[in-house]
Amino acid sequence: MKKITILFSLMGLMFFLSLDMQAQKFFTREAKISFYSEAPLEKIEAVNGAGTCVIDFESQQMEFAVLIKAFQFDKALMQEHFNENYMESHKFPKATFKGKIVEPNAIDYKSNGEYDVTVEGKLTIHGVENEISAPGTIIINGEEIQVNSKFSVAVKDYDISIPAVVRDNIAKNVEITVAGDLEPLK
Amino acid sequence: MQKILILLGFACFFIQSAHGQDDLLSLLGEEEETTDYAIASFKTNRVINLHSLENTSHGVLDIKISHRFGMINSGWYELFGLDAASIRIGGDYGVTDNLMVGFGRSSFEKTYDGFLKYRVLRQSSGAKVMPVTLALFSSMAVKGTRWPDPARENYFSSRLYYTHQLIIGRKFNESFSLQLSPTLVHRNIVETESEAHDVFALGSAARLKLTKRIALNAEYIYVAPNQIAEGFKNSLSIGFDIETGGHVFQLHFTNSTSMIEKGFITETTGDWAGGGIHFGFNVSRVFTVHRPGN
Repeated sequence: MKKITILFSLMGLMFFLSLDMQAQKFFTREAKISFYSEAPLEKIEAVNGAGTCVIDFESQQMEFAVLIKAFQFDKALMQEHFNENYMESHKFPKATFKGKIVEPNAIDYKSNGEYDVTVEGKLTIHGVENEISAPGTIIINGEEIQVNSKFSVAVKDYDISIPAVVRDNIAKNVEITVAGDLEPLK
Repeated sequence: MQKILILLGFACFFIQSAHGQDDLLSLLGEEEETTDYAIASFKTNRVINLHSLENTSHGVLDIKISHRFGMINSGWYELFGLDAASIRIGGDYGVTDNLMVGFGRSSFEKTYDGFLKYRVLRQSSGAKVMPVTLALFSSMAVKGTRWPDPARENYFSSRLYYTHQLIIGRKFNESFSLQLSPTLVHRNIVETESEAHDVFALGSAARLKLTKRIALNAEYIYVAPNQIAEGFKNSLSIGFDIETGGHVFQLHFTNSTSMIEKGFITETTGDWAGGGIHFGFNVSRVFTVHRPGN
């Protein structure tokens, strides 16, 4: 009888522990990832509203993934060229980021507030992986967590070539904006 | 008792380490499969003369200026055809992503043409699988040349030609696309009794991408026998598509002079074997006129 009591209390403890741990993870499937290229002849902007993201506040790790084909452009032909000629989305369907908040114990996810953080990790676009570092803000409001970041990447770092004829249409550095509203992962 | 505790300890450790895994996105489980539509099976909505399976996107105006020079076998005196040119100027517009309309004027027989093209099926993979793209095409052409005999009673309907076409094709891989275009050309008036008012033909076209921006195209249109007058040939064209941002340049050789269906399907006179071919080009420039909301 005693054994069974101990067993059950231990199981209860485990259950509690696992619940507690899970609440430290937050996610979204609707992160808004957009990019902006400003060149002398043309401004290009594309938005993707279906980025997935999971952040684990215990380990301070985070991951993002986005489907290249889901980027929407104003001009249909641009979208086609983006997929076919530049990103080769048939070969590299996704862009991903896997990184970590640099500052130790940067965030107390249980108390509301706005936290400025630096995130470092591996950004993979067009099949090429690069280490990047980006500033971001994390706003905690109860169980709703908002993440925002803006950073710039060099097109050539990702093995994307811009032919001479469109050199004045496409910027060498593209600004990427990330915005997501996360909810607890249960 | 101890054994159970040890086991539980292991279990706890195991659960903890499972939580500490670094593949966070896998915690979200299997992703919902999306439908992946085939894009860019051809660089533009024309193969060479034939309509390709591509549609002009919603809100996009595609201005096309096309030339066919004279025949190469006309020799030095005509600079192998470059002294003469037949022109079509036209515009295509995407009313929706699946419906496009177009209008054009050809110098050859001073012809006006208008068409509708509707995409019924779109090749896709993933959540929704569709092996082919299928489009319906209908056009009307009005021949504008003066009546050969103004003295007799002439009817406007005698100037009219209709074409109906089914376009069925598939992008087999990133570089190779193939399509078939069963076609019916109706001519209200024909020159002799032996010629058919309704001409049945089968067009076929292929695209082979050579680099990201250059493709090789070929098309051949077979006209079933005993429908068109003696001396008319089947249309065969070979060319390159060169894409630069908003332009597509199509450079080709063809034995057809006309750039509209009733002409290149039923009235092709050139003979490849004898050098009866034209050098020609189509220049396509797209303008985004209307931006459908994202």
